[in-house]
Amino acid sequence: MGVSAVPSRDHLGWGRNLRAEHRVSRPATPQAAAACAAAPGGTRLAHGLGRSYGDVALNPDGALIETRGLDRFLRFDPATGILDAEAGVALAEVLAVLARPEAGGGGWFLPVTPGTRFVTLGGAVANDVHGKNHHRTGSFGRHVLSLDLARSDGRVMTCSPQENAGLFAATIGGLGLTGLILRLRLAMMRVEGLAMEAEDIAFGSLAGYFALAAESEQSWDYTAAWVDCLATGEALGRGIFSRARHAAGQGAAPPPTAPRRRLPATPPLSMVNGLSLRAFNAAYRRRLGSSGRSHAVGGYEKVLYPLDAIGGWNRLYGPRGFHQFQGVVPPADAPAVVAELLREIARSGQGSPLVVLKGFGDLPSPGMLSFPREGTTLALDFPARGPDTLRLLARLEAITVEARGRLYPAKDSVMTAETFRSGYPAAGAFAEWIDPAFSSGFARRVGLRP
Amino acid sequence: MSPRVAILGGTSAIAVAVARRYADRKARLVLVGRDLAALEREQADLLVRGAEQVVLQQADFADLAALPEAAQAAWTAFGGLDLTLVAYGSLPEQAECAASAEAAAAALALNFNSPALLLGELANRFEAQRAGVIAAISSVAGDRGRQSNYVYGAAKGGLQRFLEGLRHRLHPAGVAVLDIRPGFVSTPMTAHLPQGGPLWATPEKVAGDILAAIDRRKAVLYTPWFWRFILLIVRSLPRPIFHRSKL
Repeated sequence: MGVSAVPSRDHLGWGRNLRAEHRVSRPATPQAAAACAAAPGGTRLAHGLGRSYGDVALNPDGALIETRGLDRFLRFDPATGILDAEAGVALAEVLAVLARPEAGGGGWFLPVTPGTRFVTLGGAVANDVHGKNHHRTGSFGRHVLSLDLARSDGRVMTCSPQENAGLFAATIGGLGLTGLILRLRLAMMRVEGLAMEAEDIAFGSLAGYFALAAESEQSWDYTAAWVDCLATGEALGRGIFSRARHAAGQGAAPPPTAPRRRLPATPPLSMVNGLSLRAFNAAYRRRLGSSGRSHAVGGYEKVLYPLDAIGGWNRLYGPRGFHQFQGVVPPADAPAVVAELLREIARSGQGSPLVVLKGFGDLPSPGMLSFPREGTTLALDFPARGPDTLRLLARLEAITVEARGRLYPAKDSVMTAETFRSGYPAAGAFAEWIDPAFSSGFARRVGLRP
Repeated sequence: MSPRVAILGGTSAIAVAVARRYADRKARLVLVGRDLAALEREQADLLVRGAEQVVLQQADFADLAALPEAAQAAWTAFGGLDLTLVAYGSLPEQAECAASAEAAAAALALNFNSPALLLGELANRFEAQRAGVIAAISSVAGDRGRQSNYVYGAAKGGLQRFLEGLRHRLHPAGVAVLDIRPGFVSTPMTAHLPQGGPLWATPEKVAGDILAAIDRRKAVLYTPWFWRFILLIVRSLPRPIFHRSKL
């Protein structure tokens, strides 16, 4: 079944900091997609909804296989919560179709969701994504029971912890390099209420964050904190801690499958700059008022997907785009290392309003290249301003490496091959499972592929 | 009662998007098409999405002699229908149709004769039932004959006249007839064309417009909405100017 590939310059990472040309095919069926995976010619890579920030979903001067045509549900068993679906189904569609409140308000929910619901199932597997409930449910890959992978030799391999286990472990978090994921089986999570009870609590320093994190992990399913990246001295690391849990007996309708609004155009300059950052952080920090607390019960859209409300928000950073830094550092040194990272960022005066601090629990990730590990993860955006930005990112990278931490490939656009090797000791073993016809900008950058 | 919906050409991109919306409304669906494996994929998907029941029927719409039987099968699957949507068609190369009478005949048959005959069969049943909605996808290409695709345009224009007449006839019976005229839609049928830009719409957007038009029992739907005005201009261009264009 032939699917023609057309040249395109439309495919960008979410950070929009790299322009590249691809030959793009858009298969409409799993059979056609498998044929694309096995077509003769140069290297290829799956591309879903384009929410990876850097180049893990780009293959400059190679081919991309768009997976959005593979958006069929195959089967759902409401007794067990086991879902079979094609890899191009978006998490937003899974929620819209399956997370409907039952009579008692409970229902089936995604066991793990990243901060956007506009990612495909295949992308969630390939990046082994995590969510605010990592300390409860671990990474996405822990809930994948099996998957079908199309390889360039024409075979479609069913992989699970029992069958082709090595290839399965390589494909979870495997950044699309082991082949094309056609479909997968996911264990959904049962919750007693689809609505959420959410609390926001202001904290005045980094120590305040760690205290709240320790206190909250026992009884709150979802935790993460916003940090004011401009604060220094005693106030270093101040911010707002958000925690939420499913509210038993209360239902919530699924959020829409498309953003409520769209940014109509890309502004000619980044709207995120020193001035707007200062204004935003000052206002945001004070939004809880003098009590420093808020409590609410309602839908989960605001808790889990605040940024999804505005489609194309990434274009706020203007034509040059932005970089995201996300690293994780082991728990023992986390307070000191996070403080060092934040000092470095505050000193640079760069940064953005979007800064997230979150603790990862000790549930192991099943993928050879999975990012989540026990410790604390810090994520933030930087408008792309050329050499200054890259110098800062290199400094943050060095601090993370020195602390024996690692960076998240799905967010990264700059890490060196050495940083990758030091953070991912299984990279050498992983290379054995790479499909020889698959490649990506990221894979070439960090030396996984020539 | 959950609505009974028959979609003829059940694997076309617009049809799939419409079917999903009716699945969300817990409809009972009949999908008719040529490729049974492709229909089975939609059936599984629609059942997960909430459809109460999905019945598949195989039919080759190019086989005009088989149409009465296809109409009868779709009608009887749930003992009558609340809605039928005719969504099949082909987008032929104009140059090929100009060079080959065989190609032109095939294009005219699949885009006009076949839907007209099928709708005629179904219309008799809807008229006797005295309720329901008949919808068919024609095209903005049917609004004026243009050098770039007048064979396709003629077939779709013919279908527009047929639907107009059917609407006139079925009005006393309380049956609505909707003529759907999409502009450029990103589908496998148009995958070979350069896409993107403000004139191109997704099947999901078009499907949303179609459901709204059906619910309001509209007569003619341009989707997205701005095509009404584009075609108003195209239709009103004086011939001397029109002839100098490459439309």
